[in-house]
Order: sequence, then C-alpha cells, then structure tokens
Amino acid sequence: MKPIAPKPGPRRFHQARWDEPIIFELSQPGQHGVLLPAVEAEIEQQVGNPAGALPEPLRRTVPPALPEMSQIHVLRHYARLSQENLGVDLNIDIGQGTCTMKYSPKVNDQLARSPKLTELHPLQDDATVQGMLEITYRMEQIFKEISGLERVTFQPSAGSAAIFANICMLRAYHESRGQGRQRNQVVTTIFSHPSNAAAAKVAGYEVITLYPDEDGYIQPEALRAIVSERTAGLIITNPEDTGIFNPRIAEMVDLVHQTGGLCIYDQANANGLLGITRAREAGFDACQFNLHKTFSTPHGCGGPGGAACCVNAKLAPFLPVPTVEFDGQKYYLDFDRPQSIGKVRPFYGVAQSILRAYAWIMSLGADGLREVSEVAVLNNNYLLQKVLEIRRVSAPYAKGKRRIEQVRYSWEQLTRETGVTSEEIETRVADFGMHYWTSHHPFVVPEPMTLEPTESYSKADLDEYVAVLRQIADEAYTNPQIIKTAPHNSTIHRIQHEPLDNPAEWAVTWRAYLRKTGKKA
Amino acid sequence: MPYKKPLVYPYIPNSVPEVKAEMLKAVGAQSVEELYAEIPESLRLKGRLNLPDPLLSEAELIRHVDGLLNKNCSGRETLSFLGAGCYQHQVPAVCDEINSRGEFLTAYAGDPYEDHGRFQALFEYESMMGELLNMDVVNVPTYDGFQAAATALRMACRITGRNLVLLPTNMGADKFSYVELYLRPDIAIQRIPFDPQTGLLDIAALETNLDAQVAAVYFENPTYLGLLETQANQISAAAHAAGALAVVGVNPISLGVIRPAVEYGADIVCGDIQPLGIHMSYGGGHGGFIATNDDPKFVMEFPSRLFGIAPTAVEGEYGFGDVAYERTSFALREKGKEWVGTAAALWGITAGVYLALMGPQGMVEIGEGLMQRCRYLMQKLAAIPGLRLPFYETPHFTEFVVNFDATGRTAAQVNQALLERDIFGGKDLSAEFPSLGQSLLVCVSEVHTQADLDRLADTLQEVLQ
Repeated sequence: MKPIAPKPGPRRFHQARWDEPIIFELSQPGQHGVLLPAVEAEIEQQVGNPAGALPEPLRRTVPPALPEMSQIHVLRHYARLSQENLGVDLNIDIGQGTCTMKYSPKVNDQLARSPKLTELHPLQDDATVQGMLEITYRMEQIFKEISGLERVTFQPSAGSAAIFANICMLRAYHESRGQGRQRNQVVTTIFSHPSNAAAAKVAGYEVITLYPDEDGYIQPEALRAIVSERTAGLIITNPEDTGIFNPRIAEMVDLVHQTGGLCIYDQANANGLLGITRAREAGFDACQFNLHKTFSTPHGCGGPGGAACCVNAKLAPFLPVPTVEFDGQKYYLDFDRPQSIGKVRPFYGVAQSILRAYAWIMSLGADGLREVSEVAVLNNNYLLQKVLEIRRVSAPYAKGKRRIEQVRYSWEQLTRETGVTSEEIETRVADFGMHYWTSHHPFVVPEPMTLEPTESYSKADLDEYVAVLRQIADEAYTNPQIIKTAPHNSTIHRIQHEPLDNPAEWAVTWRAYLRKTGKKA
Repeated sequence: MPYKKPLVYPYIPNSVPEVKAEMLKAVGAQSVEELYAEIPESLRLKGRLNLPDPLLSEAELIRHVDGLLNKNCSGRETLSFLGAGCYQHQVPAVCDEINSRGEFLTAYAGDPYEDHGRFQALFEYESMMGELLNMDVVNVPTYDGFQAAATALRMACRITGRNLVLLPTNMGADKFSYVELYLRPDIAIQRIPFDPQTGLLDIAALETNLDAQVAAVYFENPTYLGLLETQANQISAAAHAAGALAVVGVNPISLGVIRPAVEYGADIVCGDIQPLGIHMSYGGGHGGFIATNDDPKFVMEFPSRLFGIAPTAVEGEYGFGDVAYERTSFALREKGKEWVGTAAALWGITAGVYLALMGPQGMVEIGEGLMQRCRYLMQKLAAIPGLRLPFYETPHFTEFVVNFDATGRTAAQVNQALLERDIFGGKDLSAEFPSLGQSLLVCVSEVHTQADLDRLADTLQEVLQ
C-alpha cells in the first residue's frame, strides 16, 4: 500500500444528519419505556383508587398525549439528537466568546454522579450531610481567597441569578441605611453582560449605561458626570467583553464610594485573572463568579450552571439564607440571619456544580489556577495576532495594547467590500464543525466576532480555527455565494426564520404546529 | 516523588514550556507578565493565592473527594419521607445516560446549525410538557419553580397593567421569600389565608381582597402541604371576574391524574420539573417551567427563550429557532422582559426523556400509585394514638401534614428519634407554619414499598410510646 496523502486544509467535516423525526412521530401505541413498581394488593384493597375518586373538576379524564415508545427507541432518538450537537468534548470551542468554553474534566463528572450526592435530599439533618456541607464550607474559604472578600454564597443558580442576588444585597444595604428610595440608579456599561442592566431593572433601578470612548475605555470622567447621591451602585465587568482591562477601575470604584454607592464586579470574565488581581484590590464590595465558566463545570446546553457571590463586610449581613458554618466540630446551616435578603433559589445552590468546581480547584491549586489564567491570556494574545493576519478583520479599540482573555473583533471592512456579514460567517463556520459568535446586542462594534480561547486549547487548535476563518475570509472575495448559502455540512439547511416572529405561524410546541399547519398528528 | 517543574497540566495543553516560548515569541513578548501590562501594579495580588495544596492526580483527587462524600448518608441508604419541594422519585437510567452524554453536557449556546440536537430536544420537551399541561406555549426551563412562579406573576402584572398580586399563606415560606424579593419594589403582595379546617384557600377572604387593582391570584395544586385544591374552578372564576389572571403552580408528576390547570381556568401555569427524572442532588436538580396559551399578548411577556419549529431550505426537514427573540434581554438589555441567562436546559432535555419513557399510561399509573401510597400511609398514621392529620378529609396528592401536639413531642424530637432508627422523617413545619403546631410534612414516593410505609408507622408508634 502506498502512503495515504496528508490531509488537506480545513477539516472536511460533516455533522451527523439522522433526519430524525419529531418524537411524537415515533409513537407506537401500547409501548412504554419503563415499568413502575406495582402498588401492593393490600394497599389497593385498603384505599381503592383515590385518583379515580377525585371530584370531576380535579380529575384528568384524558391521559396526556405523550409518545408511546419502548426504551431503546427513546434512547436511540436522544442519542441521535445528541450527535447533532456540538459540545466542548467535540469541537475547538473558542468561538463562543464570553462563554468561557473550557474542558470540564471527566473525573469531576464522575464524582458528581456519586449517589452520595445525587441521592441527598436538601432537608436531611445536617449530621447526615457533613460531607456536602464541608465541601461548601471549604469552597467558601477558597473563594474568599480568590476574591479577597469576606463571605461567599453559592446559592444563586448561575451568573445572571448571582448578579440579581448581588443587586438585591446592594438594595438591602441602602434600605438598611434609610437610603433605599433616594438611591434609585445603577450604573453599568454597554460592554458588560446584558443581565447587569436587565437584573438591575427588575430590582427597580433606573439603569444608566456608559459607552466607551473612541479607544474602548470607560473613563472615570464619564462616570463622574453621572454619579450622585442617587447612585446605588456600579456593576461592571473588567475586562469588558472586548477583552480590554480598564486600568482606571479603582478610580471609578472610589468615585462611586465617595457618593455613598457600592460597586459590584461582574467576574464572568475572570478566566485571565485568577491569582493576578481580585475584587479586593480594586476596592469592590461584591463580585460574582460563574462556576460553569471560569471554574470548569459543564454548561449543560444552558444550565444548570453555578455561581459564587462574594461580598465584603458591608454586604455580608444581607447574604441569602442559609450560610454554611463550622463550630469546630461539625458543619451546619445557619438560618439565623435577620438582615438576610432571604432565598434566591430553593435550598442551597447547584450542589453538583459546587462539587465539580471544588474538585477542579483542588486538582490545580494556586499555581495551577495561575497557570490557567496565564495560558488563557497567552492563547488569547496569540489568537489575536493570528486573526489580525487575516485580511479585513480588525480588533477595534486599544491599539497596541494587550488583551486579557477574549477579543471582540470586527469584519466591518470585509462586509463593506464583499457584502458578507458576520452573521453569515457565523453560519458558514458551522460547516467546519465549530461555533462562532457575534456579540450581544446592540452591535456597538460593527460586524462583531467574539472569540475566547481559554486555556483548554492547544496552539494547533488555535491555528486550525484561524485557518477556517482565513478560508472563509478568502471565500468572501472569491466565492461569497458559498457563505451566503451555508450551511452545507450541517445537520440541517438554512432555516426560514419568518414564522418564528409571526404569531399566526410560530409554534413553540408540536401541538401548536399541528394546529397551525393543519397537519395530521 | 515530586513532579518536575515546571509542571505540564493535563487540562492545559499549552503549559508545555517550549510551546509557551514559541507562542510568546509569536506575540512579541518576553514573558507572560508582559501580557498583563494593562493591569496596574496597585491592583495586583501580592504573592500567590493561599489555597490548599493541589491533588494533581485523579487517584489523589478521588480519594480526597470520596472521603468527603462518604461523610454523607443518602436517601438510598436510609428510608426517607422528605419532600417539600424536592422529590425522591426513581430516575430512569436512560435519563442519566442522555444527560451524561458529552455532546449535551458540555454544549452551551450554539446556533441551530451546530446544535440542532439541543434545539430539537428542547422543542420536544416544550411539546411534551404542552401535552401534560394542555397548553401550547412552554418555555425553555428557567432556574426553578420559585423563579417560574415569580416570573409568571411579573408576566401577569405586565399583561394586566396592574401591580398587586394575591398569594396564599399555604405556599412554602422559601418560595414566598423569593417571590417577594423578585417582585419588589414595584409589585405589592397581599396574602390570602387558608381555611384551617380544609387547608385550602379561604374563598371568602379571596373575594374580599379581589378588586380592580389585582393583577393575579396565585395558588397551588397540589399545595405545598400536599392538598388538592378542590375549589380551583371557583378561585379562577373569582380572579377572572375581577379582571385578574389565575396563576397556578402545579407538580408536573401529578398531571397524569390531576386535571391540567388550564381546564380550571389557569391563565399562566408554572412549577418545577425536578420530579421528572432528575436527581435531588441536595437541591441541585431544579428547573422551572412556565406555560400559557398561544396568545401573543402572553407569549410576548416571556423572558425565557422559546424554541419554535420552522421549515428549512430543504423540503421535509425540521429546523428550529427562537420565537420572538426581540422580547429578550439578550436583544434589548434592560428594555427586554426581565432577563434570560444560563438556567436549566439540561434538565429540560432530561424531563423530556422522562416523559417519553413514561408515556401517557406511565404518567397515569405513577399519579394513581402516589395517591394510593399517600392515602395508605395517612390511614396508618391517623390510627396511631396521639397523631392528628389536620386536613385528612381533603384529597391529597403525595404529601400530608401530621401533627404531634397531643404526644408532647416536638416535630424535631420525632425526627431525631426517627433518624436514630435510620429514617429521615418529614419536613419540620413548626417554624414555617406556627399555626400547625408541632407538625411534619411527610412525603411518599413510588420507591416506597408497603413495608417501607408500615415501617414508618410502626417506628412512630414505637418512639411515641
């Protein structure tokens, strides 16, 4: 046999295409996927069938029209759907900027699947959950060190819920000082996550959004012009989603403090900063970390995630209940916190994420966490260098400055010259088995692309991603149709989006689809 | 033997020194330190983080974490009657198999062109929940049932243009705490008491409080205390007569036998999907659903993502996408509806797997079996001298209140005695519902055999002697 030729340029990917029906179309009357334990005859004799005896207005008379399927058919259907999905396990997942798509170690999943965790009821006596309480307590000590702040709760469900929890603590703080009504504004920035603005609005605040100057920075002078005795607080990311670190952040924190406001650090973008700089050094009163981002717990198609809210002594009295305490002999839940904002989730948080994040931190230690950040930043600056070698792509703002862990790029010039937009590039990238993301709205950076390479990818991975972008940029000039008609190698072809915005046509369920299209079940 | 320095971390491919050097050269830097030039010295952490020494190998890590987990005693090793919002149902193996698959577990927010599978699986989840609830619109899961209730009430306020909601006093204190936090400061809450005889909503008090200010009446069926709200039709009708919406919290696992809330007048239905094939995980298994009819006035008020079905360029192919995306905070920041973010999508997929495995008959059977076991245990406990089941005559689903006042024991003492006999008793209600005295909220599950139920009854009899 002569040697097989080396593989050419970008990977000849094709995603799984099972052409899988909607699950209702797989239904076979009479089948079922599981059997239930039978109710003992004696119980039946004694109580009859209370469900059947319910008064008519409460009793369901027609069983729900769920599919009827044997077990293997349910398994096969979902296994096929899973193959039509790209997780971190499968792809060079650096295209979902701001999402911190890093490797979630399998050993941590294995630990989180232990029945010693999965079968714990949250209302068990503290004596029977000492292990989980100890893990949570240890995690608090770890996050106190990572943030430099005084207390930590892991109760919020994920990042945005933690943002809301921090804002609620901020609100409770001002109310406790009789300034709840007076301080009715929260300041954030356009390159901070939309939830900073949206959660503040839900909490009753007027939201003031600062825009960057022409070099991409929020200047303390801009903040000075709007802070007043009405300012409840500042909530801000740093680096922002542009990857630019604002070196004057401490001045801004001081400004807000001088007017009596507090400052919350949204640390969704912390992956480049572990052991480098902390909320404490810049003077923040609170911060939040997303366990499913920086701390490696899997993203689960959009949750469950996990979060840590870290606060200083000013805000600690307002933490959600319960906190986890240690009396020198045993760990216990402390509900006796009179100034607490109460609950932000049922029970105490996403325990399996807390456990996974704990295992991840313990497998790295202080040096390892710093290595995570340093390599994430090195990867990002390497990627920046390589992406800028592609024609017609730019990295607006902060020219000549280093970026931290991600960059928001712009294809503006390419779009002007070829008509190919960033959203079209996004679809074309799918043909190569990778994700790609533009930006949150509004698009402040024209034709945006946000890449965040984290520490989990090799130089060769980064080079492969860049090669794909380079090929697509070339196509924009030589064969734009291939981009405009993409995807070609995906599970599906181009979606017709109009029905999704038309109330007469949209269908959020199969039953609505059947009704609106007149299709027979 | 100590690892050689510098260490190459298995999770960090580019921690190889030669690779780092090559990459630094490519970016024109002498050291990684140069890449942090934008962070002023005054903001730098001095020294290194003070953290425990790492456990670098899997063997060391597993030994350590297992050592901690082994200090837990799970419901699988004991007999547990705890419920109160988190339920010990059997989780079919296929549910775990699917949600453990890396393709789903490690994916996030990709487009339908890379993540078609997630869109379809979540559309199917919405669709199966739609059948269970007899409603056309169900969201991609929000965090949990607390959030679902809180958002449903905010939606009701936006829909009606009013800002007062009526909440029953028979809901759980924790859920009330979150709803109150979430509705402040612009939405007022009025509490409606429950009837001490039946445990159900006090209709007279409801009617007294209903007026043109009220946006929504919230009630639960089954209630937090396990009761089926036999006046559901009346409550909804009263709400509607005042121009308010009926927002109903339900337990989805009850819906094989209990009538869907829309059929007794609910306008928005909400709840938690944890009972549907998701492990308790010490409270880590929650996901929230919100459902409405397909009325744009309602649909446009959802903050959550709603995955809809759409044609593609190819005949006979299903595509999916976001329905009415422009309402979300992703599109509009603070001008969107509340906010949307990472919540509980994997549990949505899992609940879909569960419903497909159960099918129509499975959902009927589980509902019937739960109600039979519940009634059986109620009868057993009611026969024990000194125990009182305050709402005995009201239909129950899977939980019930049992009172110990006549025994001279506190609920905590009873639980402690049960714990000493390897039984997790019920949720102690004495702080949460002082009016119920020393009571436990006891929960049954299909995992309980008759012998398990008898054991609780026998043990209680023994410890109360």
